[in-house]
Amino acid sequence: MSDIAERAADVTGPGAGGQPPAGNGFLHALRHGTGAFLRQREATVFVVVVALFIYFLVVSPNFFTHANMANLLSGIAAPYIILAIGEVYLLICGEIDLSVGFVVTLAPFLMYYLIEFYGVPSYAAIILALLFGLVVGWINGFLTVTLRLPSFIATLGTSFVLYGVVLTTSHASPVNVPVSVEHIGKFFGNETTSAWGWSAFIWAILLVAIFQVVLTRTRWGLHTVAVGGNQLGAREAGISVARIKYGNFMITGLLGALVGLQIAFYDNTIDPSAGGYNYMFYAVAAAVLGGTAMLGGSGTIIGAFLGALLLSILTDGFSITGVNANSLFIIFGGAVLIAMIANVQLGRLREAGGRRG
Amino acid sequence: MTTETPDGQSAPASADGDVLRVEHISKRYGAVTALTDVNLHLRRGEVLGLIGDNGAGKSTLLKILCGFQPPTSGHIFLEGQEITLKSVDQARSLGIDAVYQDLALVNQLSVYHNMFLNRERVRWPLLSNRTMRNEAKKRLDNMGIRIANVNAEVAQLSGGQRQAIAVARSVYSNPKILLLDEPLAAMGVKEGAIILDLVQELKQSGKVSIIIIAHNYGQVLEVCDRINLIQGGMITLDKLSSETSAQELTDMVVAEYRKALEERQRTAS
Repeated sequence: MSDIAERAADVTGPGAGGQPPAGNGFLHALRHGTGAFLRQREATVFVVVVALFIYFLVVSPNFFTHANMANLLSGIAAPYIILAIGEVYLLICGEIDLSVGFVVTLAPFLMYYLIEFYGVPSYAAIILALLFGLVVGWINGFLTVTLRLPSFIATLGTSFVLYGVVLTTSHASPVNVPVSVEHIGKFFGNETTSAWGWSAFIWAILLVAIFQVVLTRTRWGLHTVAVGGNQLGAREAGISVARIKYGNFMITGLLGALVGLQIAFYDNTIDPSAGGYNYMFYAVAAAVLGGTAMLGGSGTIIGAFLGALLLSILTDGFSITGVNANSLFIIFGGAVLIAMIANVQLGRLREAGGRRG
Repeated sequence: MTTETPDGQSAPASADGDVLRVEHISKRYGAVTALTDVNLHLRRGEVLGLIGDNGAGKSTLLKILCGFQPPTSGHIFLEGQEITLKSVDQARSLGIDAVYQDLALVNQLSVYHNMFLNRERVRWPLLSNRTMRNEAKKRLDNMGIRIANVNAEVAQLSGGQRQAIAVARSVYSNPKILLLDEPLAAMGVKEGAIILDLVQELKQSGKVSIIIIAHNYGQVLEVCDRINLIQGGMITLDKLSSETSAQELTDMVVAEYRKALEERQRTAS
């Protein structure tokens, strides 16, 4: 840690001035060093993930089996990864969505109600359940952007409302996934040792790839960073801040609904205790572990992916090695705090370097 | 070009050489009046210095002229045609571009992404980063702005470099009118000189008319053809730079202070 900090100071310290005559060599080194240092955030998580993986591989013969890997990646990691994608986009543009965990809870119930009570065809019910996620995202956008509530409060409100709707309509008891959608279901997620057991994780990988590219290589991603980095400046440059924020809330909602369906199909049951704040906080934790700052303006999808893997490997590894699940949270908490401290301190060092010019 | 003066006030001297003309612009925020009645005109190829004390309404006027916010009332004419500015994008498409006092740079983005912010080169659906990088480099070189590395985050640059990038960004689209809000604020004399040189060059190109907002009269007089003083939300002086001096401008601002001070003392006693 201290050695990272020193290197950071080295890299940014004298840099700032960037006096043109001093020239290419120096600034090139600065860029190079900074790039390496920025990448390091993800590299750190990556190293920890690999180390944990090897550790559990060595200590438990049950870890690296087809069944456990499918469970680890599809059953545990995939939902966190997909939810973290949305949270990363929101955190980058300076917002957060606390309610997405309850979109996870409610979306499959909605599908169930549509099919069982209203006779909606199965495909249409799935699409409507996904659209429901978009609608919740739009409402969160409306509360945050148009009515100017802090997103923390706005989405706390929608969380309670959604949860209340789940409990009221389901009478707080689980239901079975309708038989008519079972054949589609395995496409989203399926707890099986057949190839379908990987479908949730394959979704996660595809979405990570797509949203990483969107974040780093498209106008949408660039504008999301701009809005989080300098909201007034983005507006002055003519970027529609409202559109970016609405859009990212809606992306998050849509991903929440997708995860809800995946969990339902994976468990083959629709449970009012699925999703919720736990899932949302795991997603935020994954984002933070991956180097996304809560202050907006920076973050990576790959980092969040690794962060989610880290949490999942710990969860799964502890459970198969028989460690008391209660102490797991102490480690989670420590990991999140360490990651956050590193982010903030390194960020401060960088800023201090930048100001000196 | 007709000049209507509904309330009988004299409209600014207008000529066919006016690229921009502003008549009776006012702006109120609730109970606060930022601009009472502003009339000004900008000739083609001219550099107009808009000076005044903090709170006089300079930045408010600029934000109206670049489409960031609408005026409460008044008319804006671009090359003789009345226009209604609805957004920054629309103003830009009409050829009006601004460099804001806060520069509107995003620290977390690279120099070239900042230069193309909201005007990105895109090969759908992806950004053409290479094109933007090369164009940014070329443009900065042409303007004599020395930034060693356009991939660097702007957070790493000095104040003068940041300002230069913001100016370079705004002239990129070849605007007819360029608005500069306090381009010399928070900048050393040396760095300020970079910006003034830049303005000189733009002026010599003759393609762009410029309004510079400033409170550093001396430096501004150097590059401006004409000076407008704004006090209490109105233009109170309109003179060629050659006919005024930093001393006269300072005196006028000080006189206003005195008046305000006396008024306060009178009401207090």
